[in-house]
Amino acid sequence: MMKKKFMSLMLVMAMVLSLAACGAKKEEAPASDAPASTPAAESGSAFKLGGTGPLTGGAAIYGTAAKNGATIAVDEINAMGGIQFDLKYEDDTHDAEKAVNAYNALKDWDMQISLGSVTSKPCEATAAETYADRIFALTPSASSTAVTEGKDNMFQMCFMDPNQGSASAQYIADKALATKVAVIWKNDDVYSKGIHDTFTAKANELGLEIVSDTTFADGNDTDFSVQLSGAQTNGADLVFLPMYYQPASLIFAQASSMNYAPKWFGVDGMDGILTMEGFDPALAEGVMLLTPFNADSTDERTASFVKAYQERFNEVPNQFAADAYDCVYAYKQALEAAGCTPDMSASDLCDKMVEQFTSMSFDGLTGEGMTWDASGAVSKSPKGMVIENGAYVGLD
Amino acid sequence: MTFLNFLIGGISLGSIYAIIALGYTMVYGIAKMLNFAHGDVIMVGAYICFYAISRFSLPPLVGVLLAMFVCTVLGMVVERLAYKPLRAAPSLAVLITAIGVSYFLQNAALLLWSSNPKVFPSVVGTGKVALFGGELTITHVTIVTIVSCVVIMLALTWFTGKTKMGKAMRACSEDKGAAQLMGINVNATISMTFAIGSGLAAIAGVLLCSAYPTLVPTTGSMPGIKAFTAAVFGGIGSIPGALLGGLLLGVIEIFAKAYISTQLSDAIVFAVLIVVLLVKPAGLLGKQIREKV
Repeated sequence: MMKKKFMSLMLVMAMVLSLAACGAKKEEAPASDAPASTPAAESGSAFKLGGTGPLTGGAAIYGTAAKNGATIAVDEINAMGGIQFDLKYEDDTHDAEKAVNAYNALKDWDMQISLGSVTSKPCEATAAETYADRIFALTPSASSTAVTEGKDNMFQMCFMDPNQGSASAQYIADKALATKVAVIWKNDDVYSKGIHDTFTAKANELGLEIVSDTTFADGNDTDFSVQLSGAQTNGADLVFLPMYYQPASLIFAQASSMNYAPKWFGVDGMDGILTMEGFDPALAEGVMLLTPFNADSTDERTASFVKAYQERFNEVPNQFAADAYDCVYAYKQALEAAGCTPDMSASDLCDKMVEQFTSMSFDGLTGEGMTWDASGAVSKSPKGMVIENGAYVGLD
Repeated sequence: MTFLNFLIGGISLGSIYAIIALGYTMVYGIAKMLNFAHGDVIMVGAYICFYAISRFSLPPLVGVLLAMFVCTVLGMVVERLAYKPLRAAPSLAVLITAIGVSYFLQNAALLLWSSNPKVFPSVVGTGKVALFGGELTITHVTIVTIVSCVVIMLALTWFTGKTKMGKAMRACSEDKGAAQLMGINVNATISMTFAIGSGLAAIAGVLLCSAYPTLVPTTGSMPGIKAFTAAVFGGIGSIPGALLGGLLLGVIEIFAKAYISTQLSDAIVFAVLIVVLLVKPAGLLGKQIREKV
């Protein structure tokens, strides 16, 4: 009996240890495929640049894209000589609590400047930390207002949610895409709620009629029949979807089985829907979205970034990758302009960066002549895109 | 017509809850433990079926059978490794272990299959039946789910009521010690219960993902909790209760969304649950067991 008990205990131990081993392997993996973090790693010669993002979990597509984009930028900059970066990304699985742990790990590593977090909820948590610790942070893609609110050293590379919402409403009204609009949004997500609130306010102002306004949340994000039939029976010509692509893919599938085919309008979270394994691109045909980045652009810098990204990671970069790439280059420009050196302390760098970012103008892949105001919000103009034959095509 | 459409929507959502709840209630009824890992076994079943169909292009039926086989084995292994050593431990310890197993399965899936969502190919096609000149539509998935629910419910009722193994299961559920004295192999019986429960989880996983086709490592957890609620609603341990509870939960959820508020639907569902449990503490079809002192 004792022996049996011992055996099962051993087996359980083996199970747990194998998981721990897998976990450890995962931790090492990013370092090996990101040579960026090693060559310039002598302490004191490179700026330690850290960020957290969902590298695993439901939102992993954003975290990995941002990490990959930043890695390419860091490698390019390190190869140029001059300013050197040492990049480290920690996994936060799109969870605020884990993001703070990940942030603490970066702090133990002596991070000097931060890329914040990739998604909004975790970034709100890490922004409070970077604010308290006086570490400058520039997030590629966390777009909610609460991320930057009341923090002088937190900046965004992406549009703020309110801007996305009002820009979408403006775009729909300007192009006369619809007069009756339905909105389906996720009411337990700051990202979705932020866009929804400003979208509806702006739509009212512009005379767009919101005929149906329905929500879902984490626990009931599978069945959308009620929301869709609400939009359908109220005669909406366009359905606005301020959400990530995973629930959106279910909405498209269910609408198609209801024979409901309105115009669809998404936001930056829709980016990624075409790379979902097994997704039928026909369902997303004609989906419009505003995004600051167009991978098909003929612009020389964009083309070379897309080429480098495809060679290294075997996929077309989305706007999260481009935003992160821009973040690293914006840091390079600001650090050079301020004459910073890697031996400066994080809080000294923080003051210099705040000064630079509020005064400089930056040209990147996601916009020309970007500027930041003191609140940390960026000003740049979005591009309208539509999905045609399974690829993004510029609308204008 | 919209009322009927919502009703059908509710029934199709409810039938998914019901089929998951059957597995929960089966294991609880016999082994007297809440197997919180049930939702994650569902997810494993869905992944096996997904890979069989889309990567190895096997016919859907083979995919389903393969998923059932893998889940049955997985259920027995989990029971042997994680639950059996705790047979004499207090039920709280087993409950916590079950939560641990649930996390283990989710994280293992994350490592094995990555977190990128996959779109599940429906095993029963995307066809639908149109009634009243297209005003009402019922998808094939809904019909298949409801039929499978009823078939499984009848089969389980027959199995636990009439077969030798089923009688052994009921004996174990009433009194493990006494059952052992009567010559019943308690361990084998409970193992068998888990095998059946996990096989059912595979079917539930395939149907869940056919109806709502995104597949991620956390696919099973939320429907698992809703189904657990459904099982409690109908009377946990009661097989027809799971079916009734699942269907009612689905219908209430959809009606609450449609006629009251999409924001409050979950709150309303759980408020109804509380009211039902206040009036009938053992659930709708649960048996009130009086402790003899």
